Amino acid sequence: MKATVIVMPKKSVLDPQGVAVRDAIRHHGIPSVKAVRIGKFMEIELECGDEAQLHELCRDLLSNPVIEDYTLEIAADSK
Amino acid sequence: MKAAIVRFPGSNCDQDCYVALRDLGVDAEYVWHKEESVAGYDFIVLPGGFSYGDYLRCGAIARFSPVMKSVIAEAKQGKPVLGICNGFQILCEAHLLPGALVRNRSLHFICEHVRVRVENTSTLFTAGLTPGRVLRIPIAHGEGNYVADNETLRGLEENGQIILRYCNEAGEATDAANPNGASDNIAGICNRERNVFGLMPHPERACDERLGSIDGRAIFESVLASLGAKAAA
Repeated sequence: MKATVIVMPKKSVLDPQGVAVRDAIRHHGIPSVKAVRIGKFMEIELECGDEAQLHELCRDLLSNPVIEDYTLEIAADSK
Repeated sequence: MKAAIVRFPGSNCDQDCYVALRDLGVDAEYVWHKEESVAGYDFIVLPGGFSYGDYLRCGAIARFSPVMKSVIAEAKQGKPVLGICNGFQILCEAHLLPGALVRNRSLHFICEHVRVRVENTSTLFTAGLTPGRVLRIPIAHGEGNYVADNETLRGLEENGQIILRYCNEAGEATDAANPNGASDNIAGICNRERNVFGLMPHPERACDERLGSIDGRAIFESVLASLGAKAAA
């Protein structure tokens, strides 16, 4: 099975990286860009695993709930 | 009095901590992060650096090092634990301290001497200082911007857990004196029980005249005095 995890900075947390990239996009000739937020995309391949355990992993290690939100998607192997 | 300086792969301020403690007469030892126990020590230091290359988030992987189970257990029993810079980040990731440290608002890695104001002296880390005293101590970090939700910040304030705030020469905690954008100019906090202290500035780099400041020494001296008094009691 394959799990994909997206971790994004919480809306309330300043994302200076996103702000810097937004400004670069403006310099690049797209002044209409309003906002950019930068997060992380992770692909995890597993022999097996249960969803509850993966959520625990997301909360404990892959994201920090103080500053980030995550989404977890699990796809069974296509046979 | 025996101090443990925990070494993670990527720690780089371990020797500075060792020298600072040694010069104060402390029997300090390095403890590799794969060790299972720090129970035999009176004082635990998590030094600065870039543990695990800051992968994922600063301190996120170090927090699961084998030694951390023991550090957390000892901290919960009241043993003094000091986390400097990356050590502070690890303490937050380990939930021994609330909040988190994110990218500096300027996006720059900042390495310079800053001033911090001592906010609370009723902790074993600051007992030898006077409230409001301004210390000149270097910072060296890219992710030192302290964040926490409003409720947590209120709690820190109400419980006297804010130990150091970035300030100017006059001791005013202004926005201009805030190097990284930290909420409420927070440079260092402790837990509710006041035995776990995390700070972004490097007191161990301000313990020798040749390094331009000896203001950091008072923090280590306070710990020694507090532990000495406890041992004598």
